Amino acid sequence: MTAPRRVAVLKGGSSLERSVSLRSGAQVEDALRGLGHEVSGIDVGTDLVEQLLALEPDAVFIALHGPQGEDGTVQSLMEALALPYTGSPPAACARGTDKVLAKQLMREAGIPTPEFESLRQGAIRDLGAGGAVPSIERRLGFPMVVKPARGGSALGVKFASSSTELPGAMVGAFSYDGTVLLERHVSGRDLAVSVLGTGAGDGGSDARPRALPIVEAVPREEGFYDYESRYGIGMTTFVCPAELPADITDRACNLAIEVYELLGCHGFARIDLMVDHETAELWVLEANVVPGMTETSLLPQAADAAGISFDELVGLMLESAFTR
Amino acid sequence: MSSQEMERSSTPGGRGTRPTAHELARYESLFAARTRGMKSSAMREMMALTERPDVISLAGGLPDTSTFPPELYERLMAEVSLQTARALQYGPTEGMAATAECIVQVMAAEGTAIDPADVIVTTGGQQVIDLVCKTLIDPGDVIVAEAPTYPGAVPSFSAYQAEVEQIEMDSDGMPIDALEETLDRLAAQGRRPKFIYTIPNFQNPGGVTMSLARRRRLVEVARERELLVLEDNPYGLLRYEGDPLPTLYSLDAAAVGRDSASDLVIYLGTFSKILSPGLRLGWAVAPRPVLEKLNLCKQGADLCSSPVTQMFVSAYFAEDGAWLRHVEHLRELYRARRDVMFEALAEHFGESADWTRPEGGLFIWATLDERIDTTDLLALARNTEGVAFVPGRAAYMDGRSGSSSMRLNFAGIPEAEIREGIARIGRAISQQLGLLGFLGSPPPPAAREGEAGEAAPGEPPAPDTGEGLADVVKLPRRPDSARGRRRQDR
Repeated sequence: MTAPRRVAVLKGGSSLERSVSLRSGAQVEDALRGLGHEVSGIDVGTDLVEQLLALEPDAVFIALHGPQGEDGTVQSLMEALALPYTGSPPAACARGTDKVLAKQLMREAGIPTPEFESLRQGAIRDLGAGGAVPSIERRLGFPMVVKPARGGSALGVKFASSSTELPGAMVGAFSYDGTVLLERHVSGRDLAVSVLGTGAGDGGSDARPRALPIVEAVPREEGFYDYESRYGIGMTTFVCPAELPADITDRACNLAIEVYELLGCHGFARIDLMVDHETAELWVLEANVVPGMTETSLLPQAADAAGISFDELVGLMLESAFTR
Repeated sequence: MSSQEMERSSTPGGRGTRPTAHELARYESLFAARTRGMKSSAMREMMALTERPDVISLAGGLPDTSTFPPELYERLMAEVSLQTARALQYGPTEGMAATAECIVQVMAAEGTAIDPADVIVTTGGQQVIDLVCKTLIDPGDVIVAEAPTYPGAVPSFSAYQAEVEQIEMDSDGMPIDALEETLDRLAAQGRRPKFIYTIPNFQNPGGVTMSLARRRRLVEVARERELLVLEDNPYGLLRYEGDPLPTLYSLDAAAVGRDSASDLVIYLGTFSKILSPGLRLGWAVAPRPVLEKLNLCKQGADLCSSPVTQMFVSAYFAEDGAWLRHVEHLRELYRARRDVMFEALAEHFGESADWTRPEGGLFIWATLDERIDTTDLLALARNTEGVAFVPGRAAYMDGRSGSSSMRLNFAGIPEAEIREGIARIGRAISQQLGLLGFLGSPPPPAAREGEAGEAAPGEPPAPDTGEGLADVVKLPRRPDSARGRRRQDR
């Protein structure tokens, strides 16, 4: 499909998701070598630009999670260096990574997302925003989900079941980001829809993005208050394709593509949704513009269920660098 | 070999075939059930990030190895080289006889007489925990441990699918009446723990020491109920004040009228804290039937511990009194560092924090305002201040309790870094407390005792499970006089 290229794989870095990123990067490097490309893995640090200038790659594969990999920092830098890179452009990264901004955009676009408010640390300090908390409590009710606006793992994500628990949960979330998202809790099934925007069908790069089979994350045991064990490795089993009625599957896939386009994603993204236990309503929680590529990550699982091997998937992702 | 590599070895180029997720599903079905309990928590991932040069880490379990004289190391290795062939050969599973004699000396310094034939040399003390579990634990068996417990024991217990009952400690270690209540409750369910795991001296991470009365009572209870005790004593010789207390092993041996053998205590010792963890040498002293099983399990694990390092140890112990002088030197070094940390804590941790005052060992256990989650605090402290510690949750099997506590190592780094590290954590705490204040959250009442069951008006009552309250680790809150003294110290 493509001529051998010189590809730099960006991974690691110093974020809290460093180890996941290193694993993603190693998997991607293996696959790219398997596809016949010349691959250099770069553990991102202060000499990143120096290394890229020396290497002069044909493309940069971004397998870097955490703030700088996902929020548009590295993507902007690649544009500044005029280097083709995989995945979404800086603006889409910024929109996708900031859960609050993403939800604001979804709300404006009429895409269902659980009701929410956000508070900034500066506003709490300088504007007395703590005084707004009771009003938020009345509107969202308990339990409430409290999340750092940016951050990819379950770190800092807590359920608050009462107003006494809320300040602690918020301060916990502020440990990871200056903005905190307060969200109405939806009780339901966790779904992840991966969207591929390149090589979708034989139409090539300009075909409409397509959703891959849905992955459902099923917690092994009901641990309502314990986000970490719920989403920790080994505590969750993944089912792909998720066993859902056809109409829900269709709606979920369409919603995911809508969000993908709304945020301006390119190449690939993973959209996380919930389907309400009682009403079967679908709610979009967030988008992930640099999905994990480890052995247990959701995008590779979804691709596999669609008959796309890991190597093929990585090849398609690499294509996104040249179809911007 | 990764799944991709496997794939490519059959089809060069690796295209057009179906690998990974299916391979993964296949691996998943191959993994033993016990691996499901072994989770790589986000917290542990975060701990991995603290190993950076710009981060002051109070998180390690490290002793200071920089004070061991290089010329002595060189001389000892030269001596080992005189018997190169032996050093490079396999050794006996139970350990070399000369090593056991060194262990007898260390145990004697702990006031404990043992028969060298009751010793098995292991690859670090950690291997004893693993071998004891391997020997005694079937899935679902119960282990009774302290709360908090040694974080490094948690993965071993999980790997053998043990159910762990944790007993909250106070300033005298594990309360034996609470232990008995737990044993009664288990007995009512027809369950009997396989062993009781305790670190009686300068507990890791709690920093507290089990009192003599409790030691005696623990041995009695174990005897009455015919339970084994795993006595984990890595730090006993690192006492900086107060009188040494007898080991559980020696108390039991004396109680049954034998000079040198307990028949219910498995004793765990190590050279890691008194000499070097890099040697990877520890030991167990155990009743014969247990010892035989430990030996069989060790054969399956690693055949034998390294003869090179065992011979290094015997060469070292042959130097007249050198090892005792080194331990004395470590005591002085660590005592000073501990006192520096006490001072720094008093200066920087604020009135809402409290901490243990260990008489020895390597660790202080600090408990903060209950509204602070130390896992989150670690993220903040690491990112904005460049400092790391072990969040308290690592010391609890449920991964949930201990959330407002932290373990601090005072032994492994120089005094200036201890001061700076504690100051940095203090700044992160202040930031969080300041935010809590802005959010209008009232600080917890100063005296918590006796009001734990009370809920605020309009709040649902706390659940009976005690889970909501388990976050508060009830380690000693010093009397007010001590707090006053701390303020004056500044």
